[in-house]
Amino acid sequence: MRALRAAPGLTLALMLGPVAAGLIGTLAPALGVFPALGGTRLSLAPFAALAAWPGLGRAVFLSLFTGVAATLISLGIVTLFAAGWQGTRAMAGIERALAPLLAVPHAAAAFGLAFLIAPSGWIARALSPWATGWTRPADLLIVQDPWGLAMVAGLVIKEVPFVLLMLLAALPQARPGPRLRIARALGYGRVTGWLKAVFPAVYAQIRLPVYAVLAYSMSVVDVAIILGPNTPPPLAVQVVRWMSDPDLSLRFQAAAGAVVQLALVAIALAGWRLGEIAIGTLGRRWAEGGARRHGEGAARGAGLALAGLAAGAVVAGLAGLGLWSVAGLWGFPEALPDTVSLKSWARHGPALIAPARETLLIAGAATALALALVLACLEAEHRFGLTPGARSLWLLYLPLVVPQVAFLPGVQTLALMGGADMGRGAVILGHLVFVLPYVFLTLAAPWRAWDARHATVAAALGAGPGRVFWAVRMPMLLAPALGAMAVGLAVSVGQYLPTLLIGAGRVQTLTTEAVALASGGDRRLIGLTALAQTGASVVGFALALAVPRIVWRRRRGLCGA
Amino acid sequence: MRGMSMGLQLAGLRISRGGAALVQLEAHVRPGEVLSVMGPSGVGKSTLLAAIMGTLAPGFTMTGQVRLDGRDITALPPEARRVGILYQEELLFPHLSVGGNLAFALPRSVRGRAARRARVAAALAEIGLQGAEARDPATLSGGQKARVALMRMLLAEPRALLLDEPFSRLDAALRAQVRAVVFDRARAKGLPVLLVTHDAADAQAAGGDVVHLT
Repeated sequence: MRALRAAPGLTLALMLGPVAAGLIGTLAPALGVFPALGGTRLSLAPFAALAAWPGLGRAVFLSLFTGVAATLISLGIVTLFAAGWQGTRAMAGIERALAPLLAVPHAAAAFGLAFLIAPSGWIARALSPWATGWTRPADLLIVQDPWGLAMVAGLVIKEVPFVLLMLLAALPQARPGPRLRIARALGYGRVTGWLKAVFPAVYAQIRLPVYAVLAYSMSVVDVAIILGPNTPPPLAVQVVRWMSDPDLSLRFQAAAGAVVQLALVAIALAGWRLGEIAIGTLGRRWAEGGARRHGEGAARGAGLALAGLAAGAVVAGLAGLGLWSVAGLWGFPEALPDTVSLKSWARHGPALIAPARETLLIAGAATALALALVLACLEAEHRFGLTPGARSLWLLYLPLVVPQVAFLPGVQTLALMGGADMGRGAVILGHLVFVLPYVFLTLAAPWRAWDARHATVAAALGAGPGRVFWAVRMPMLLAPALGAMAVGLAVSVGQYLPTLLIGAGRVQTLTTEAVALASGGDRRLIGLTALAQTGASVVGFALALAVPRIVWRRRRGLCGA
Repeated sequence: MRGMSMGLQLAGLRISRGGAALVQLEAHVRPGEVLSVMGPSGVGKSTLLAAIMGTLAPGFTMTGQVRLDGRDITALPPEARRVGILYQEELLFPHLSVGGNLAFALPRSVRGRAARRARVAAALAEIGLQGAEARDPATLSGGQKARVALMRMLLAEPRALLLDEPFSRLDAALRAQVRAVVFDRARAKGLPVLLVTHDAADAQAAGGDVVHLT
């Protein structure tokens, strides 16, 4: 009982402790304090060194531009799609595709997109030579373009399913059916009516996930390494380069860069909030203006096409990765390889076994810890009648809104100062910071929605709290618990920066291996590594889908739901 | 003297929230008797039942005593009170078979797999469901579910029974039948019954005293 009471506090400490400590560990060297490297006095020299780096302006611009553009476009596509198609079959179809789309790691999706849009990619091959006249790949910088447009696209195809999932989860509370019916009875078109009557209520619910998307997109590293510009790269990538440089004195300006990145995200979030207020005012004026229709057909078509394009790009990208991994000779502009064989898998496969094991070990441990903590928190909430307020939701989102690159270098710095050996255990705790919020957010709603009268009935039958939990609640909520487990595994498998920085480069997972291949040109190796990464990420979802169906195959009350 | 205190006693029971009194009740339901508590929705009927069950949410304060067969159970956790409850929904555990639901309720004092199985089989036969041990509760008809829910509660050997609008979801024909089964069983077992309802016909069929909460 006492242990259960401590669960919420322990969970918060494990989730926010590393963030707070890491921020301090980042701020100190940024201000010149890093005794192990001879920095003992406060100074602004690290910031001066950062300012002297000629790429700074461009790196800052890239962070802001790619982050804001990816967030705006993702939110726009999801809004347009939901406005046009809420409650239709097209929506139900996309809804079913959401979990597998979300399970694809960012790095794999980015590689897949690169394989599609590169001058030698599938799209160019499909159009060559008959439409383009190319018999050799054109010398165009499409991937890693200086404006970061490919990177924005890579972020959008992964953020659209995430924002849509959040929107769908928030939708019922906005009571969209009645609202839309009333708007349409007043003569509003489907899209206009949804935007004017439903969207404001929904957006209020998904504000925090949108902030997380903005912060993530501005400071992402793995997608930026694969699809983003190189010279200079977005600020976060440069910070990681300095952190990994053998010249340890660069750690000072890396820390200064991380602080600037944190400030950039704070400024962008503040700007976004101001934008929300402005759009709210304009939107009210628009709603009160009474216009009933705005190109309904075109808007619906565009919403469906864009959402379909985003989902299709992920799927086609995966297909491309798969095909490259088994391709024999595949010359340009052939749309398909001449021969197909498992030679690449036979040659490179064995080298992937160790990182695959490491990946699953870390993901399994971090997810098991997270699930135990979250279940303990939710059970404490139930037994002690605690009611979590709005503030606890903010705390959950904190590790997702503070950019990773702002506090993970600090964690490494502190470990270095303390002389701690940062191995697999530390990486697991690092992953836990990001796995916890997602597991909690996935499990909390179905857990709280459980009819607590089942617990009262079980108690009336003589069952104590422990038996109610293990013999009634857990079995009934097996499916959502496994769903949360799957999300946790996928989040952990996809982590790049925590593995790299906390593991000090010595812990190799499929994700670090895949991202490390970005600078090389071996498409077969990239294809099979990214595919293995996707496989590790998807395995949990397959289990979450299959296990309840097998265990409860004779229980209609649990299978139908 | 002991006979006087048998049954369910609510002694000076007063439930309030934030200083405002919600429910006040003084009652003594003797074994085999039914007390019907009536009142419009929102008057605190469910709160009263939660107080007797020991599942009042934090934020409510309760004074007075709940006594069962002369014993003060006010401070006991729900699982130790030996107070049974039936809701409007049957709330059969969907992950257990029909037999599993009954076995869940069977006290640990019934020892041995064979003995427990025999008790479950006998209980099923008693409600006209012989041989239904392995069935999925979701496949039962409404009337069958109601009977399983009642039998499950009785197998736990409660000393009192609370009914939270248990008949209001059933259609008219089934309703009379299930109502008769519940009251007959409770009377046969000598259980004090507290029925919460907004339907005067239920209270009338119960045949006992009626209290109106306002």
